[in-house]
Amino acid sequence: MLAKRIIPCLDVKEGKVVKGVHFENIKNVGDPVELARRYEEEGADELVFLDIAASYEQREVTVQMVEKIATVLTIPFTVGGGIGSTEQVANLLRAGADKVSINTQAVLKPELISELAEMFGSQCVVVAIDVKRTWDRINRRSYWEVFINGGRTPTGKDVLSWAQQVEKLGAGEILLTSMDADGTQAGYDISLIRKVAERVRLPIIASGGAGKLEHLLAVLREGKADAALVASIFHYRYFSIGEVKDFLQKRGIPMRWEN
Amino acid sequence: MIAVVDYKIGNLYSISKALERLGEKVVVTDQPSVVSEAEAVVLPGVGSFGKAMENLEKNQMKEAIREAQSGGKAFLGICLGLQLLFEKSKEAPRTEGLSLLSGEVVKLPPTNKVPHIGWNQVYFKKDSPLSQDIPQGRFFYFAHSFYVLPEEPLIVVGICNYNVVIPAIINQDNIWGFQFYPEKSSTWGMKVLESWLRSWKK
Repeated sequence: MLAKRIIPCLDVKEGKVVKGVHFENIKNVGDPVELARRYEEEGADELVFLDIAASYEQREVTVQMVEKIATVLTIPFTVGGGIGSTEQVANLLRAGADKVSINTQAVLKPELISELAEMFGSQCVVVAIDVKRTWDRINRRSYWEVFINGGRTPTGKDVLSWAQQVEKLGAGEILLTSMDADGTQAGYDISLIRKVAERVRLPIIASGGAGKLEHLLAVLREGKADAALVASIFHYRYFSIGEVKDFLQKRGIPMRWEN
Repeated sequence: MIAVVDYKIGNLYSISKALERLGEKVVVTDQPSVVSEAEAVVLPGVGSFGKAMENLEKNQMKEAIREAQSGGKAFLGICLGLQLLFEKSKEAPRTEGLSLLSGEVVKLPPTNKVPHIGWNQVYFKKDSPLSQDIPQGRFFYFAHSFYVLPEEPLIVVGICNYNVVIPAIINQDNIWGFQFYPEKSSTWGMKVLESWLRSWKK
C-alpha cells in the first residue's frame, strides 16, 4: 500500500538553514547536510528545502548545497524558491535534487510547467500554490485566491481552476499552502485541502498549520492529502518524526514506519 | 568500474554517490568505449522514453549497451532505465526501445493518482539473490507514470500494488531492473543495491 508521507520543510538562505532547528548534539545548527541526515535517520519520507532569499547571485550557492545534501541523503528531496528557467532546473537536478518546486514563475508563465514536464518528466515538477480566503466583491462570494511572490501579490485566480490547469500542463504534484493557517499551529485548512484533492488526480502535499498530532491525522484522513509538510513542530522538537508516524499508524494511516 | 550511462537528463548524481558509498568506482559517461571497459552498467532513470532513446542513439550508446548485455556484463536499469530495456513504450509510440527484454511499457490507469509518487511496498514473487536480505513488504520510493508489462511473466521477481500490479523488480540472466529508485529508498534501497552488487561480484 502506498504510504502517506511526512515531509519536513527547511528554509535556507545562502546555503544555511535559517529557521531555528533544535536538534540535540548538532554543532552547527544551520548546516543543511547534518540536518538532512538527522531527519532521514528519524524517518522522514522526503525533505523540502525552500530557498527564501533566492537571488541571482545565490544560485551557485544553492547548487553547491544541493550537491552536498545529495551526497549523504538516500531519501528524495525537493528544492524550491526563485526557480524560473529550465537551465536552473537542469543544474539543480544534475546536482542531485529529485524535484523542484515552482510557484510565482508557474503563474507568470504557465508554459514553464509543460516545458519542465516534457524535459525532465512530471515526477520532478512540484507546483507550489499559496492561497488565502478572499471575498470577491463583484460576485459576492468568498473563494480561495492564489497569491504569488511569497504571498505578497494576489492574482485573482481561484485555486480550484489553477490546480486543474496545473494538472493539465503536466505537473507531478501540488504543494498546497493555506496562508491563513500557516504559522498558526491551529491545524491545516482541511476544507481547502480536501476541495483541491477531490478536484485533481495529482498527489497533494498539504502545508500550513500543523501544531498537534491530530492536525496531521485530520489532513491525511478528512483532507485526503497524500503528504503533510511540517515545519515548526519538528524544528522546535514538539514531536519527533517517530512519534508522529507512530500516532498516525496506530490510527490506520498507512506509514513507512518500522518499529 | 561501474559505468553509469548519462543521457543528459536529470539526476545521475544520487545513484553514483550511492554506489560509491558501497565502495564502488563509478564513472558517469556518454562514451561507448567506457561502457565497453566497465564491469557493470547502470542505466539510471529520469526523463522521458523518447528523449532518452534519442540521446542514447545520438551517442552510439544503443549498440554499446546491447553489446555489454550480450557479453554478459552485469546490467541494472532503474525506473525509466528499466523501461528502456523493453521494446516499446506508450510514452513514445514511434520510438524503439533497447529491446533487451520482450514486452512493452504502458501508462498507469487513471483509477489512481498519476504519477505514482511515494513509498510503496515490494513483495517478492520468487527467491532470488536480492530477496535474501530483504523481508516482504518493505517500502521503496517510486515516482513514475508508466510501468512495464513483460511478455514473460517469470522474469518478474518482485511486485508492488497500486490498484494494478506493478512489476517492481525484474531479472533475466545478467539483467536486473527496478521500477523504484534504490538510491532514494533509504536503508532498504541501499540493501537492495548491495545485494545486486554481491550477486555478480562473487
